Amino acid sequence: MHNMKIESPSTQDSTPIVFSAEMIAEINSVIAMFPEGKSKSAIIRILHIVQTHYRWTSVPAMNTVAEILNIQPIEVYEVASFYTMFHLNPVGNYVFEVCRTGPCMIVGSDEIIAYIEEKLNVKVGGTTADGMFTLKTAECLGACGYAPVLQCQYKFHEHLTKEKVDEIIEAYRTASFVN
Amino acid sequence: MAGRKLLIENVHIPGIETFDVYRKNGGYASVEKALKKMTPEEVVEEVKKSGLRGRGGAGFPTGMKWSFLAKPEGVPRYLVCNADESEPGTFKDRYLMEKVPHLLIEGMITSSYALGANVSYIYIRGEFMYILHILEKAIAEARANGMLGKNIMGSGYDLELVVAPGGGAYICGEETALLESLEGKRGNPRMKPPFPAVKGLWGCPTVVNNVETIAAVVPIVNNGGEEYAKIGIERSTGTKLISAGGNLVRPGVYEIEMGVTVEEFIYGDDYCRGIANGKRMKACIPGGSSVPILPAHLVTKTAAGENRLMTYESLADGGFASGSMLGSGGFIVFDEDQCIVRNTYTFARFYAHESCGQCSPCREGTGWMEKVLHRLENGHGTMEDISLLEEINKKIEGNTICPLGDAAAWPVAAAIRHFREEFEWHVTHPAEAQTRNYGLIQPRVEEIKAL
Repeated sequence: MHNMKIESPSTQDSTPIVFSAEMIAEINSVIAMFPEGKSKSAIIRILHIVQTHYRWTSVPAMNTVAEILNIQPIEVYEVASFYTMFHLNPVGNYVFEVCRTGPCMIVGSDEIIAYIEEKLNVKVGGTTADGMFTLKTAECLGACGYAPVLQCQYKFHEHLTKEKVDEIIEAYRTASFVN
Repeated sequence: MAGRKLLIENVHIPGIETFDVYRKNGGYASVEKALKKMTPEEVVEEVKKSGLRGRGGAGFPTGMKWSFLAKPEGVPRYLVCNADESEPGTFKDRYLMEKVPHLLIEGMITSSYALGANVSYIYIRGEFMYILHILEKAIAEARANGMLGKNIMGSGYDLELVVAPGGGAYICGEETALLESLEGKRGNPRMKPPFPAVKGLWGCPTVVNNVETIAAVVPIVNNGGEEYAKIGIERSTGTKLISAGGNLVRPGVYEIEMGVTVEEFIYGDDYCRGIANGKRMKACIPGGSSVPILPAHLVTKTAAGENRLMTYESLADGGFASGSMLGSGGFIVFDEDQCIVRNTYTFARFYAHESCGQCSPCREGTGWMEKVLHRLENGHGTMEDISLLEEINKKIEGNTICPLGDAAAWPVAAAIRHFREEFEWHVTHPAEAQTRNYGLIQPRVEEIKAL
């Protein structure tokens, strides 16, 4: 968390982008959940909405969030860079986050990670050449009894084996998992 | 023999996640009883009598925590449910919320009434987004059936419930970090005092309770605190959800009566049914990654040779020299093939990753421990590295704003305390340590000396 890197806003075009009417409606409904004057409480959920729409959390999108919440852009960056679910750099269509903490490790997560690297021909942190998959590791996803585990766009895939990984990759490739 | 179940007894009833089925099976009785027949003070009194202790890990008496809540005139009070379940080894709250979401909603209503809160929040870790949707559906059903909103069941009591997600930060399970996060900020824990009971969410008096704690209020109000306290032993009353993982025949979430023996829990037919693949147990972490690891011979028996029980007191018997803690109930079992050094390294990496960076001893110390353990695990360590880890530990422990520093230090200290030989073997046999685990060449794990 403290060692998270955020790409410097100056290196990106920072012009706020325009959110769709549906997104704005969804964002407003989240803001309405909190008392008047406490709309900043909506920020994390808004960032989830942003990331669901754009796959990653870009500086222009964060600037738009700042405008909506009427706060400084830095207040959005500092939140987005603290919480590890927010991808601050572009990612593939599907992001595999494979848990590697103790309880997953002792039932084979290292082998699963190595297998996915080999299968997708990508290293942890990288994105496949076709832009389809990004592979990341995660620290404890809270599903230790169903380990090894990976999460992809909020969906849990549990009791992973090499065969199961094959099936999951195939299913995403043919888009039979719709989030 | 399986004991009584108070929380997840009905999980196998089809449709129990819906309001109608839940209600038909006795659901929302505690709301009816509390709002129609009891004063808020009487509800607090029952919780005190029950002996219920916080189920998130700290084990602080819930009734006492509730009684600390300040009640200044004209200032709102809040109940916040901590559903940021993130302690490695722990996945019980996820199970409860997914299977019986209305139990949590019911507990929230009854508890909010007791505390005088008119808006309450459930803060759930962002990775559990699908459960957030399950809870919001349950809340909508409860509202449609008059259990939320204005004048609940004609009692004059009003309550709104809001679910808010986190974004992937273990530290937000610490209650003041959670409140910061709920206010839309980075999850940096606050200095205490003031405690949340006085200055919590938006500076208002706030109680933060774990999911399971709030769910336990339901049977306590339904049956009375005294009935609840009849289950269990000593100051460990009632039932506890244990999430069992690792090298077990049947990992999963179990509701136990406090006081079942650890041996029964690991090997019994009603529970985990022993170690997977016919192997022997090497070690166990009984309460989530933050609590001390125990070698096999101290798991089922205390140092004095007594049967170890699944209670706060028995698991802690012997202090940190030969005991551990019940913690969050994240029960992790290691078979004889597991490498303690590697496991300790993954935990150190976890805490370094999750340190919020606010306090230097934790920010720097967790990173150093990760690096030193990485060296040891990968065959580049020295004997001095083992003492260095102990040094770093002492400098983190007790020197940070929140307990994450201690949580990072304790597992490393305990691993060295009980498995020093295995750490030393990584130094003396660096090449061999890359190809096989210590347990394989020294399978008589019961002979590994405790310090």
